[in-house]
Amino acid sequence: MIRQSAAQMAAALAAGSTTSVELTKAHLDQIAAVDGQVKAFLHVDADGALAQAKAVDEKRKSGEKLSPLAGIPLALKDVLAQRGVPTTAGSKILEGWRPPYDSTVVTKLKNAGLVILGKTNMDEFAMGSSTENSGYGPTLNPWDLTRTPGVSSGGSAAAVSAFEAPLAVGSDTGGSIRQPAALTGIVGVRPTYGAVSRFGLIAYSSSLDQAGPFGRTVLDTALLHEVMAGHDPKDATSINAPVPAVVAAAKSGDVKGMKIGVIKQLQGAGYQKGVQARFDESLQVLASLGAEIVEVDCPNFEYALAAYYLIAPSECSSNLARFDAMRYGLRTGDAGGASAEAVMSATRDAGFGREVKRRIILGTYALSSGYYDAYYGSAQKIRTLIIQDYAKAFTQADVLVSPTAPTTAYKIGEKVDDPMAMYLGDVATIPVNLAGICGMSLPAGLAEEDNLPVGFQIMAPAMQDQRLYQAGAALEAALLTKWGAPILSKAPVLAGGK
Amino acid sequence: MSSLSRDDVAKLAGLARIEMTEEELVSLSSQFGMILDAVARVQEVDLTGVKATSHPQLLENIARPDVVLPSLSPADALSGAPAQEEQRFRVPQILGEAE
Repeated sequence: MIRQSAAQMAAALAAGSTTSVELTKAHLDQIAAVDGQVKAFLHVDADGALAQAKAVDEKRKSGEKLSPLAGIPLALKDVLAQRGVPTTAGSKILEGWRPPYDSTVVTKLKNAGLVILGKTNMDEFAMGSSTENSGYGPTLNPWDLTRTPGVSSGGSAAAVSAFEAPLAVGSDTGGSIRQPAALTGIVGVRPTYGAVSRFGLIAYSSSLDQAGPFGRTVLDTALLHEVMAGHDPKDATSINAPVPAVVAAAKSGDVKGMKIGVIKQLQGAGYQKGVQARFDESLQVLASLGAEIVEVDCPNFEYALAAYYLIAPSECSSNLARFDAMRYGLRTGDAGGASAEAVMSATRDAGFGREVKRRIILGTYALSSGYYDAYYGSAQKIRTLIIQDYAKAFTQADVLVSPTAPTTAYKIGEKVDDPMAMYLGDVATIPVNLAGICGMSLPAGLAEEDNLPVGFQIMAPAMQDQRLYQAGAALEAALLTKWGAPILSKAPVLAGGK
Repeated sequence: MSSLSRDDVAKLAGLARIEMTEEELVSLSSQFGMILDAVARVQEVDLTGVKATSHPQLLENIARPDVVLPSLSPADALSGAPAQEEQRFRVPQILGEAE
C-alpha cells in the first residue's frame, strides 16, 4: 500500500477500500522500521497524525465533501511552524521550541485534510549542500546509506524516497527542493516566488525562500502544489492571482509543439558523465514526443553562484538577528548579572552551527560600509542581468531545461570542509531563485557509473508553473514506458522496511 | 587573493553578536580568502548602468483595512520565553557596567 502514489491512495480512500487511519498506521510502521537507518525525521507526531486521520475518516463516513488529498499522510520540513509541535529549523538554537501558531502552509494542509506525520531533518536554517549541517546529525540517502540525500530539504526527500510518506513539503532558497529530489529519485517543485505563502516559514533569505511540494509522481506533486499555493494577506510578497492549473497540466502531459530551450551554460564541463548522458537521453525523448529543442544562451549565469553567495548570506545575517535569546529559543550564560549583549553572544555561539556562523559573518562583511557596493551591490546588479537572460531565453522557448545537479549523490563528509566545492552543487538551481521563477526536478534515470538517480530540471516563467507539469508529465510517462517500472523500484529495499 | 585577518573576523563576529573561540576565528579567517575570491567574481562584469534588483517582485507598500483581527494570547506569546515575570519577557541586564 505504501508504494502506491498519493493519487492511487486517494482513489482507494474515496472508494472505501482503505481508511486514512490504516494508511497512516502503515506509514508510521514504515517510519518505525527504516527511519533508524535513513534519519529523515526529527520528530514523529504519531498521536497527532492518527487523530487527524481519524477525524478525516469520520468526515468521509458522514458524507462530507472532502478535498482530493484528504486523509493522505505527509512529511513536513522542520522549517515550517506547526502549533504545539517541536519546530527547530535543524538548529540547536530552537531545540524544544513549540510554535504558538501554524504557518499558512500548515493551515492549508490541515484544511485540506492532509495528515502530518512529523517534521523532517534539514541543514540548519536551510544552509548547506547536504543535511550534514543539521544540528541533529545527517539524513542518509535511501539509495545508498553512505551518501547524502542532498540540500537542504534532505529529510523530506529521503522520507518520500524511502516510502515513509507519499508526499512531503520542502523549501527552496537555492535549490533545496530540486536538488534533493534529483539525488533521491523523486519529483520536487519550487513554485514561483510568492505563489506559496512564507508566513510561518522560518526565514533564511527572504527574497529567495519558497516552500514547495515533493512527490513520487508529477501528478502527486501537482496535487500537493494546488493545496499549498494561493494568496495570503499575511505575506506581503504573496501573489494575488489565481493558482496556475497545475493538476490539469499534469494530467494532460502534452509537449507537441512545445519549445524546449537547453541552457548552454548549464551542461558539459563540470557535469558528471552519467548525469549528462541521462539529460541528453531525456531531451531525445522529449523531441520524439514532438517538442522542438533549441539552445539558449544565458551568459550571466556564470556569475549566479557568486551573486547567490553574497545575497543569501547578507539576507541571512539580517534575518537571523532575531535569534537573540530574549523571547524564545535557547538562552545561555544568563547568570551573575551578565549583560544582555554577553548572553546574546554566548547563546548564538552555542546555538548556531559552523555553516550558519560562516554565512552570518560573510553577510555581515558583504553589508558592511566600505564593502557594500563592491559585494552586495554588485550581486544585486548581477541579479538583474540574470533576470534579463531568462527574459530573453523565454522569448525563444516555452520552458528551459538543464540537469538539476552536476553530480549524483556524494558521500557524507566528502565536502563538509570544502565550502566552495559544496556550494557548486547548487550551480544549476540557483538562477531560478535569483529570478523568482519556478522550477521542477524529475527523475531522468540512473547514472551508468554509480547507479544513482539523476534529475532533469525544467524551468518556466513566473506564474507559468503549469508548464513545468505539462512537460514533466510527458517526460515521466515516456520514461516509464521505456523503463517498464518506476525508478524507485530499482532502489534497495531498506532492512525491515517495505 | 583576498584575505580577512583573524582580527577582522573577530570584529565581524562582535558585530554579529557571536562569541567565537580562537580556533573558530583562525579557521574562518583561513577559509575566507577562498570564499571572497569566489564571490568577488561579481566584480568581473561591467555593471555600469545596470539597476540593482533587491527582490523578484516590484513591491509597493501593502495596507489592509484597519480592523482588529485575532492575535496571540499573552500566554501563547510567552510560551517560548526563556524567562518571564509578571506576563513579560524577563531579559538580562541591558544597562549598566557592561559597556
